[in-house]
Amino acid sequence: MEPQVGMDQEIEKSTVPATGVSEKPGETAALNPKMKAKKVSVYYGEKQALFDVDLNIYEKSVTALIGPSGCGKSTFIRALNRMNDVIEGCRVTGKILLDDMDVYDPKVDPVQLRAHVGMVFQKPNPFPKSIFDNIAYGPKIHGMGSNKTDLEEIVETSLKRAGLFDEVKDRLKEPGTGLSGGQQQRLCIARAIAVSPDVILMDEPCSALDPIATARIEELIDELKQNYTIVIVTHSMQQAARVSQKTAFFHLGYLVEEGDTDMIFTSPNDERTESYITGRIG
Amino acid sequence: MISIVFSVLLILVVLGYFFGRQRALSSSGGTIGSLHSRPPYHGMYVASWVGIPSILLVLVWLTLQGPIIDMILVKSLSATKLQGLSQSQIDIIISQIKSLAAGNVFGEPDAEAREAAENYLRWQSIAQWAMFAAAVAIALAGMALTSGRISQLFRARHGVENVLNLVMIACSMIAILTTLGIILSLLIEAMRFFDRVSITEFFFGLNWEPQIPIREGQVTAGGAFGAIPVFTGTLLIAALALLVAVPTGLLSAIYLTEYANPRFRSIIKPILEILAGIPTVVYGFFAVLTVAPAMRDFGAYLGMDIAPNSAIAAGAVMGIMIIPFISSFSDDAINAVPNSMREGSYGLGATKGETITKVLLPAALPGIMGGILLATSRAIGETMIVVMAAGLIANLTANPFEAVTTVTVQIVTLLIGDTAFDNPKTLAAFALGLVLFVVTLCLNVLALRIVQKYREKYE
Repeated sequence: MEPQVGMDQEIEKSTVPATGVSEKPGETAALNPKMKAKKVSVYYGEKQALFDVDLNIYEKSVTALIGPSGCGKSTFIRALNRMNDVIEGCRVTGKILLDDMDVYDPKVDPVQLRAHVGMVFQKPNPFPKSIFDNIAYGPKIHGMGSNKTDLEEIVETSLKRAGLFDEVKDRLKEPGTGLSGGQQQRLCIARAIAVSPDVILMDEPCSALDPIATARIEELIDELKQNYTIVIVTHSMQQAARVSQKTAFFHLGYLVEEGDTDMIFTSPNDERTESYITGRIG
Repeated sequence: MISIVFSVLLILVVLGYFFGRQRALSSSGGTIGSLHSRPPYHGMYVASWVGIPSILLVLVWLTLQGPIIDMILVKSLSATKLQGLSQSQIDIIISQIKSLAAGNVFGEPDAEAREAAENYLRWQSIAQWAMFAAAVAIALAGMALTSGRISQLFRARHGVENVLNLVMIACSMIAILTTLGIILSLLIEAMRFFDRVSITEFFFGLNWEPQIPIREGQVTAGGAFGAIPVFTGTLLIAALALLVAVPTGLLSAIYLTEYANPRFRSIIKPILEILAGIPTVVYGFFAVLTVAPAMRDFGAYLGMDIAPNSAIAAGAVMGIMIIPFISSFSDDAINAVPNSMREGSYGLGATKGETITKVLLPAALPGIMGGILLATSRAIGETMIVVMAAGLIANLTANPFEAVTTVTVQIVTLLIGDTAFDNPKTLAAFALGLVLFVVTLCLNVLALRIVQKYREKYE
């Protein structure tokens, strides 16, 4: 029954932002793919965690990756900005294209790639620095905002876009770790926005937050999709239904089904998808 | 005699244990489950009541026995013999009598002394037999009293746990009381020093020549106790040591935590920690036999004059000694920074170097500072290396190629050889020791506070 509830909310929600942007769930097919995964497999040592995934991620929309624990959705999202490079013994085969650049091309520097494909993590992880320095960290290392006023402007815009500015404008010098969990996560989103990426990857951004903070982040994701391409991993099917236009369902390392969010939640083609969204597996 | 007393008490304790256990077993009426405490607890309960009071009695008795017998001895001596004698002269007579009693006859002791010696021996044996009887009586009383209490419902386990509690408290008090005793003795001796030499001279004087004549006619320097050159020498050597150890230790910690592969790390880390296990005397002769001559040759090659026991040789070797402190503290501190910080930084497109310098090191800084402070206090208090490799003459200089002396070296030299404990030369060692103690204590407290505060942060 639960997914039905989620669906109702989804329909309400998607009509609201649609006033500003010209995308309704039905029209998403018209979007351009920003990233393309072609036959992507990921191995941790000998163990294969992801099998031949083909998936397009469309520009200025939200793609939700759902599936039970251990299904490979986090592995996949981390493959998109080569965060898996940090893990010892991790190997990726296949192709991932950002626009038309293969991100696993030896000529591509993962450091530069991650400036284009930013990431927000499961647990809010602000650095033990001031709020200002947390946001300014990325722009500084990428040489953006060479003087102080530029930097201040970047910080202010990022905080405004992350919907945090009004709450913290008087205490930018205080440590970011002193904020509440939801504020910290929005700070991390602001931090990701500050380096002006094309794509923002969010790995279960709300799993450590309470329902009110979650709702706030979901609203934010909805606003952000006007400017950014967003990929979100989530355990909550309601959340996927509420915030995303495209949904991909992973199971045991395989991409089982992908498509418009409405379609996945109302008339899935695959039996396993139906079992998952109705709560029989996972 | 003492060993007999203790063996008898030990036997009684063992007997008490088995007796108590047996009593508990028989009172259970065959079903052990009906007892509140298991039989061994009853045994231990009886044993502790047999052993602890009687052993305490023996210890108290032994400490009081000597002074009391001495007192009786003085009383027994005729008034004519003691007339007009000072306390120290009486002490000499008493020790003469004691040595006579022990069978060491010096000269021709008079009749009264012989008699006193015999009395002394007799009192001593009476006292020891009395002690034996009292101890055994208390032990047996303890056994009788406690075994009468043993029953099904008797809470022997609680009693034993209370006893263990007290034993643990006593053990922890030993360390604390010893420290207090050390502080007190340092303070008292240092006060005696400051009676003779003014505090301002000691702390602000620029001239340190503690060799004052202790015999008449001995040719020495006049004696000057300005400790500034000693302090600056200590600081110079400690600073040189830190100059060597901080970059080396920190960079090796960064390499081990962030760059080295796990196999390499598992080999290198223990090797680095072995450095901490090398006896400092070995470092000492490494400094004096290898490093110092090498530096001297190298200096000669460059046309510099480096003293044979230069500050730089001692400082460099001491630096090597404290590398493991700094590297293992920094290693722990960097490791304790959550992985999410690294990922967050990488996720923003930071390189490894930027992540380390801008995120990891600032986050780990308190832990690293704690390690550096502990290493500093270690360097200031280090004795063996400097005794062997640093100089003895208190030079007021900041030149690392000259010989300087340190607080610890001075303490050692002041207390070696013929020493009289009532002249400022010897007492100066206590004043230096007090300063050293206070400084290292402050550094340690500061370091521990910093490390503690930092540990709370990520939990």
